[in-house]
Amino acid sequence: MQTSNDTASGYVSPRARATVFHAEGVNKVYAMGEVEVHALRGVDLDLYQGEFVVLLGPSGSGKSTLLNILGGLDVPSSGTVRYGEQDLSVYDDGALTRYRRDHVGFVFQFYNLIPSLTARENVALVTEIAIDPMTPEEALSLVGLGDRLDHFPAQLSGGEQQRVAIARAIAKRPKVLLCDEPTGALDVRTGIVVLEAIDKVNRELGTTTVVITHNADIAEIADRVIRLSDGTIAAVECNAHKKSPKELVW
Amino acid sequence: MRALHRKMLRDLWQLRGQALAIALVIASGVATYVMFLVTLDSLQLTRDTFYRDYRFPQVFSSLTRAPESLRARIAALPGVDKVDTRVVAPVTIDVAGFNEPVTGVITSVPDHGEPWLNKLYLRTGRGVDGARDDEVVVSEAFASAHGFVLGDSLHVTIKGHRKRLVIVGTAVSPEYINQLRPGGVFPDFKRYGVMWMARTPLAAAYDMDGAFNNVVLGLRNGGDALTVIDHLDQLLLPYGGVGAYPREDQISHRFLHEEFRQLENMSGMFPAIFLAVAAFLLNVVVTRLVATQREQVAALKAFGYGNGAITLHYVGLVMLIVLLGAALGVALGVWMGEQLSGIYSHFFRLPYLIFQVHPAVVAQAVFISAVSALLGIVFAVRRAARLKPAEAMRPEAPALYRQSWLERLGLRRWLSQPARMILRHLSRRPLKSLLSVLGIAFAAAIMMTGRFQGDTVGFMLHVQYQLSQRDDLSVNFVEPTSYRALYNLRALHGVEAVEVFRSVPVRLRAGHRSYRTGIQGLESGGEIKRVLDTALRPVNLPAEGLVLSGYLGELLRVKPGDMLTVEVLEGARPVRLVPVVAMVEQFIGVSAYMDLAALNRLMREAPTISGAYMLVDEPFRVEVYQRLKAMPRIMGTVVREQEIKNFHKTMNETMLFFTWVATLFAGVIAFGVVYNSARITLTERARELASLRVLGLTRGEISYILLGELALLTLAAIPLGLWLGRGLCAYIARTAQTDLYRVPLILEPATYAFAAVVVLLSALVSGLLVRRRLDELDLIAVLKTKE
Repeated sequence: MQTSNDTASGYVSPRARATVFHAEGVNKVYAMGEVEVHALRGVDLDLYQGEFVVLLGPSGSGKSTLLNILGGLDVPSSGTVRYGEQDLSVYDDGALTRYRRDHVGFVFQFYNLIPSLTARENVALVTEIAIDPMTPEEALSLVGLGDRLDHFPAQLSGGEQQRVAIARAIAKRPKVLLCDEPTGALDVRTGIVVLEAIDKVNRELGTTTVVITHNADIAEIADRVIRLSDGTIAAVECNAHKKSPKELVW
Repeated sequence: MRALHRKMLRDLWQLRGQALAIALVIASGVATYVMFLVTLDSLQLTRDTFYRDYRFPQVFSSLTRAPESLRARIAALPGVDKVDTRVVAPVTIDVAGFNEPVTGVITSVPDHGEPWLNKLYLRTGRGVDGARDDEVVVSEAFASAHGFVLGDSLHVTIKGHRKRLVIVGTAVSPEYINQLRPGGVFPDFKRYGVMWMARTPLAAAYDMDGAFNNVVLGLRNGGDALTVIDHLDQLLLPYGGVGAYPREDQISHRFLHEEFRQLENMSGMFPAIFLAVAAFLLNVVVTRLVATQREQVAALKAFGYGNGAITLHYVGLVMLIVLLGAALGVALGVWMGEQLSGIYSHFFRLPYLIFQVHPAVVAQAVFISAVSALLGIVFAVRRAARLKPAEAMRPEAPALYRQSWLERLGLRRWLSQPARMILRHLSRRPLKSLLSVLGIAFAAAIMMTGRFQGDTVGFMLHVQYQLSQRDDLSVNFVEPTSYRALYNLRALHGVEAVEVFRSVPVRLRAGHRSYRTGIQGLESGGEIKRVLDTALRPVNLPAEGLVLSGYLGELLRVKPGDMLTVEVLEGARPVRLVPVVAMVEQFIGVSAYMDLAALNRLMREAPTISGAYMLVDEPFRVEVYQRLKAMPRIMGTVVREQEIKNFHKTMNETMLFFTWVATLFAGVIAFGVVYNSARITLTERARELASLRVLGLTRGEISYILLGELALLTLAAIPLGLWLGRGLCAYIARTAQTDLYRVPLILEPATYAFAAVVVLLSALVSGLLVRRRLDELDLIAVLKTKE
């Protein structure tokens, strides 16, 4: 097993904000049939309050595994992941569900909207079980869909569907917003609209945001870019001047 | 093995849970079909073999008395092959140590050798020896009910003469397969004994020396029973012949025939339901399979597989399921057929059972299940075969949902998001939802049919013996007698009440329709024997005219106000015109009633009675019976309460089997439909449900979405099923309706409850099985995969 990457350890946020996640020596080994796959090899990482982080890396680099562990969908094989004071690595299924429900917003590559519910109802699905949510209407206005409340997913474009998904993710006012290739299924123009929505949520609500992508251009809108390669953190870069999504070209 | 075959087997393995559930439903259909037909075939073969080998006659007639010399003239009638003249004597039997009244019938057999017709199948011992006058062969059922062994003796009273008889054998006869006392519907082997004595001693005791009072005929091949009956009736008329009848009207034969007809009806109805449900389930499963395998189908076509190959591929998969179900069903059906045949052959006291499984029945069952399965999948498979490769490569367009009609009615604000998901999912494919509901409903309906017979027979017994015929003892005089006899009965210690009756054998005619029955003349205002209207309230018999049971009215097509021709079949045989004045309810038999005095006037006789109904204080019953036995003019008495209890016991055995079978199969249907519904919903919505889990919904919350849908289907199905069940039972009741008995549509609340509970439990079990799979949802995969 490899030791942790020095580039990431001891890193201090330029903004010196409170730490949201503190990961230490995180390993993840999957058994794929008879082969063992080391998805993460001793990752150390801190994520801070309100920052916009892009996880960049080719497929198989471990970025999705890391996101899944941060999001409470998976637990590390070894090492610890702290969310504030809580150690997620020892949570059982019920506690992880509770954690996802109360603290995490998810955005998926393929939106994963419930086709039988309208935009408003998809959001309501989450707000009904949240502690201090905004209304579905507020959440949808925030992503620019205040006029599409009663449309079913099949009546919305891909970009609109993804914005509904973002609204659904942030309506509960989560501490962290985790987005897995949110623009992966979208064209450039629509992708930018979606990134704008994520950026807006990050700025206006101060939600710690982690976006996975393999598109290096998108990294330019982040506060920090963490590059993964072969299950380890290869580099961490701070953007002194982060671009707004509008300025992106890819 | 070719690659496509391998895919077929692996697809089947993937679908094993659902395939098994469907195979079980098919198995239920095949099993019921095989069970009923194998039972029917076996019983019919047994009966026919027994009839043939033991020479069951084709024509029967009773008369008052004719000289033996008439025999030759009967034998000379055209079409007649064999003639047996006999003495048939109603008797009272005194069984030592058994304190209840026992009646019976003794039929004569030749002094030496066997009778030509109605040969006895000897179970134990030997036939009677004509040289001795005290030997008797008793029916096996009567012997086993009392535990008689050879050499035991019993006393019988024949026409007022008490006689001691020694049992030398036990036997079964083709004319007494179903042993019913005259007018009875339920066999009572303890209190009704069928026996045989040699002709000479019986004739001597019954005052029939050189004469006979019963004749049976075997016909030549091609002999027409109705023509022979006409001739025979003319011949016997001067000797008090009451009308010959063909085999079809022989009472034991008729009961068997009606029971077989019932089996035949059932053998059509139940398999049809099961196979329709199986066809629906296959349709759902194959439709879904084809949808998930669009891309595979496209690839296969791209490689050059033709439409035929694709069609065969899916048809082959389904046929494997059908074969599994049919194999299970045949095995189970044969086994159940053996059980059921055994129960019936015991119930009817057949001497033996030739159990046979006709290969044609098995072939039919397999063929019918295969055809219904093919009908179920035809559209789904055609869709697969017609997929254009390029089109199939693209995923199916996303499902379009709309607000459900419940929401549009304004209920929306009260519905949570998961509740809306459930409703919209169900209303997106209303036909499928409806058929699922119907399938589950049939489970409840089948359950009800299993208990219907018990409920309705219980009710019939209640009406017959608690509302209508409420006597503790009934008494028949050897011949019509004067009212004086009544005072003798009233004088007995312990007798609380006595009502007398007159019964006259008649043939009723209306136009070309006629029916042979008896007119019962009852005391007006009687409290022991009462005639009931359709609401089961006691009816006061009008002072004049005939009151008919409703079914008799239907048979004769007469209604109140019409005139009936009454041909009296005793005494001077007067023929009279009598108006019909009312119709009454009667479930057992078909009778006509008149006011006693009116009947006496009709007969132009002084006040005359045939018998009496008595209420007797419980502690005095044995004593009263002993005293009655000593009265020579009294022929028979019956204890009703015992008859009921005894019959219930006999019925319970059969009922239990049917309830067990129905419960098993209803469970299979409910399980099959709910489980398949759940599995399909699960595959359709796994991604959706996993997404919800990622969003923080608990297992319980997503289970609610999945299982809520099933719960809704099940809850909707139960009232429908209870209604359908009532319909099925009504159908069974209607087809069971004959002049022997009418089955009222009675279903106890417990039957409804039981049906609902069985369906709920099966649904619950299948729900829980699927619920386990929710725990195995791959939350991570849903983030990465497109549907």
